[in-house]
Amino acid sequence: MSNHSHEEAGTGRTTSPYAARIRAIEALLLEKGVLTEPEVQDSIAYMEARSPANGAKLVARAWMEEDFEELLLSDAKSAARQLGMDPEHPAEFVVVKNTPEVHNLIVCTLCSCYPRAILGRPPDWYKSFNYRSRAVREPRAVMREFGFEPPEGVEVIVHDSTADVRYMVFPMRPPGTEGMNGEELAELVTRDSLVGVDVPRL
Amino acid sequence: MTFESGDRVRVLSSEKPGHVRTPGYLKGKAGKIETLIGEFPNPEELAYGFSGIPKRPLYKVGFLQADLWDDYEGPAEDHLYADVYEHWLEPAEGGSA
Repeated sequence: MSNHSHEEAGTGRTTSPYAARIRAIEALLLEKGVLTEPEVQDSIAYMEARSPANGAKLVARAWMEEDFEELLLSDAKSAARQLGMDPEHPAEFVVVKNTPEVHNLIVCTLCSCYPRAILGRPPDWYKSFNYRSRAVREPRAVMREFGFEPPEGVEVIVHDSTADVRYMVFPMRPPGTEGMNGEELAELVTRDSLVGVDVPRL
Repeated sequence: MTFESGDRVRVLSSEKPGHVRTPGYLKGKAGKIETLIGEFPNPEELAYGFSGIPKRPLYKVGFLQADLWDDYEGPAEDHLYADVYEHWLEPAEGGSA
């Protein structure tokens, strides 16, 4: 992926034609009374209150507590509520577990379905045609470009979020982290590792 | 429900237009029912302001990557899972996914 490390720079492009178009549409919706300004602000606040830090907290807790891991893998919304998050969304929220035998990768080929209620906005590269088309067809090449190659003998499973389920990866705890506390562990869990294009590292 | 976990299925080759949630690369491909996810309002109706009722069963379907792409680079056991509505599936015979 040529642009995955530069997406933060992309978020400030308020002069782009897309941003101008969005502003024009927003102004029209407000003018016609379809939306109100407080609703727009609420919606922005909703998105900005969510980030990959939520996913990292869920993963770190599950690494430390077996019961919590079971809950995260069987009923991820309940696990999120238990840590004070608000996972409410019409779609299901499912967490898939990486093991020494299986590595999971998440994509939405049709659009940009992503567990936004937990992780917030997806990165720009996740929405790119490049990632969406290649993650299903050559997942191993895509992961290599992110700097990760599953070890020999590991099966790669791609989850295409085609309908009413949003997926997040539960990555493996890296070796050498035995003495770390929850906060230290959460810092290892990157957004990319929650999508599965990479893994947490020390 | 029509299908059970382990059933072999094939994705319809339908060219139905509109807000369908079945990606083109799966059309005509055979896979295996992993699990019934649940029943959801039909997105093909919902997208146009209709209720989407009756709800439609949605399955997690597993495919062997080698069955999807002639030139797939990777081990034979690599899989792709997608969530497919029942009305896009028909029973299939044989295969190994």
